[in-house]
Amino acid sequence: MASVKRHAEAREPLMHLSKRASISPVRSWIIRICAVLLGFLLCGLIAFLLIEKLQQNPGRIGDFYYAFIKGAFGTSRKFWKFLRSTAVLLCIALALTPAFRMRFWNTGGEGQTLVGVLGAIAVDFYLGGKIPEGLLLVLMLLAALCCGAVWGVIPALFKAKWNTNETLFTLMMNYVATYLVAYFLVVWVPSGSSSLSKLQHGKLPTLGNDYLLIILIVLALTIGLHIYLNYTKHGYEISVVGESIRTAQYVGIKVGKVVIRTMILSGMLCGLAGYLIAAGMDQTITTESAGGQGFTAIMVSWLGKFNPLAMILTSALIQVLNQGAAQISQDFDVSGAMPSVIVGIILFFIIGSEFFINYQIHFRGHSAKAGKGALK
Amino acid sequence: MNIWLNFLIDSMAFGATFIYGSTGEILTEKAGHLNLGIPGIMCMGGAGGCLVLNAIGRSSLPPFLIVILGILGSLALAMLCGMIYSFLTVTLRANQNVTGLALTTFGVGLMKVIMSKLDATVYLVGPKQMYRWPFANRQDSLQAMGILFFAAVIIAVLAGWILFRTKTGLHLRAVGENPATADAVGINVTKYKYAATCIGSGIAGLGGFYYIIDYMASQEAYLSLEAFGWLSIALVIFALWRPPLTIIGSVVFGFLFSVSSFITNVPWINVTMAMKPILKMLPYVVTILVLIVSSIRNKRENQPPASLGLSYFREER
Repeated sequence: MASVKRHAEAREPLMHLSKRASISPVRSWIIRICAVLLGFLLCGLIAFLLIEKLQQNPGRIGDFYYAFIKGAFGTSRKFWKFLRSTAVLLCIALALTPAFRMRFWNTGGEGQTLVGVLGAIAVDFYLGGKIPEGLLLVLMLLAALCCGAVWGVIPALFKAKWNTNETLFTLMMNYVATYLVAYFLVVWVPSGSSSLSKLQHGKLPTLGNDYLLIILIVLALTIGLHIYLNYTKHGYEISVVGESIRTAQYVGIKVGKVVIRTMILSGMLCGLAGYLIAAGMDQTITTESAGGQGFTAIMVSWLGKFNPLAMILTSALIQVLNQGAAQISQDFDVSGAMPSVIVGIILFFIIGSEFFINYQIHFRGHSAKAGKGALK
Repeated sequence: MNIWLNFLIDSMAFGATFIYGSTGEILTEKAGHLNLGIPGIMCMGGAGGCLVLNAIGRSSLPPFLIVILGILGSLALAMLCGMIYSFLTVTLRANQNVTGLALTTFGVGLMKVIMSKLDATVYLVGPKQMYRWPFANRQDSLQAMGILFFAAVIIAVLAGWILFRTKTGLHLRAVGENPATADAVGINVTKYKYAATCIGSGIAGLGGFYYIIDYMASQEAYLSLEAFGWLSIALVIFALWRPPLTIIGSVVFGFLFSVSSFITNVPWINVTMAMKPILKMLPYVVTILVLIVSSIRNKRENQPPASLGLSYFREER
């Protein structure tokens, strides 16, 4: 790229930035991988500060890094668990993606998933055992989808009509959902312990093992959403609204309609994730059923550049980190909060690396050299 | 003391946590940055202060020095988080929502790891009394009103005065509304964004410190801190981006949040267990209503800063 500093002869700054016109995929991946490696390096340093067993025996640093592999791939059960947790996280991230593509910042994935779980469990609680199992599962699915859709569409209606800030609205809806679940737990479990024991009915059939069916459902959803976003009229409208609302209005797209329709879809898919959690895994509900995954999914979707296929990779990365860090807390006897610290650090580096992919740094006196800034 | 008065004072003391959190967030948002990292920053602020107190809590330093060193420790870690956030979003122009959420993940996790290693008999038992000066020896709810409570009120008023009555504040608001215009009149956009975010983070961090060391003053306090970070972000909307209004808002929020546990003490109100979660939902519902009403009325001074959430790159059109 030609440098744009011709006019600034008198006092040239040490460096200046310009936006890259394009970057080869190989180079962008090299930058990303470097960032992740640097992140791991910093994780090792922080681990030295926090983990006493590592301070006593620095030789175990190899074990520290090996734990990331052991945590996700150590045994076949761990591997299946890893695949399933990746699938569930991916499902929520997929749900958020259509909204993000039209620049509707749906931070409410947590709440939409939680009401999905609530809908499914409510049907299970009241009808379980009274109607055939197959019908029960279908009704649970419908309830979960409806609840998720309702939770998603409420902020969208206000956004479409009065341009109410959707980031803050959806964020608040998460907590309303949490306390709604708390309310139902008090109603359902009058003893006061507020923990609902595992329900006997409404369990998804197993396909070989407990994990495979969920993985296949989410895989199908990934492909479906990829087609929906890239090859259909709806998907095109979403992209246009996201790029420029004025252009959308000019070509006759009804922006409000697209916003509402897309948020119904987004909420519904979160509801589906809730259904997978309720019927496929837990068969009970707590206020923590979504477990912060609604927030993690925002990062998964963004890291995958809102591309459903790339998001398979990013959600897998997050789950490798999560399970690896959980393994570390077990092996080194540290607080169970360790995964958050490690995921946070790696995310900082990946987030930061995007800058070196999108922008180019020109130093004074040097001819512009791409990728130079990657050494941060 | 009268039961209602007691409750009002308790709500105020509880609310100071939110005054810190939302005053910090308002400063950041006025610079155009929606910082969803506030819960993490508040946690780190709490951890920083406790970390220092853990080292000096039993030493023979004069009490006021211990108080000040604790506050400095809290400020230091919180501002460090603010630096991470502003480096990523201002200099590297990263997506603010994603950066904020990553910071919350990181901060909450690190705080839990740090706090699980500290000894509450050192960082809490002695220093608690120093921070609760001058009411440390009272038996009623007035005891939780220490110096950090009064500092919260002063900071909120001061922040409001700076934002709306000084040139610095005018410049800061210009940066948040339209950075390109601010840049054109010669305001150093990067400097303002960094300063507002870091100072805001420091203030928010004190909120976490206050909650752990003074209001709750218990060993388990840190486990419930994150939720109040999110509530602080809600309070920003409730207060319509005006720091002094956070004082009133925080009392309302404190009232709404603790009314569920208080109401069982009132003989003539009969409340079932199931009502408690519904009452706790109220602060969030009220916030949503404020958000909706202010967007319907669409008065310009009650809106979020115009370029909230957008990165600024000078060469972009």
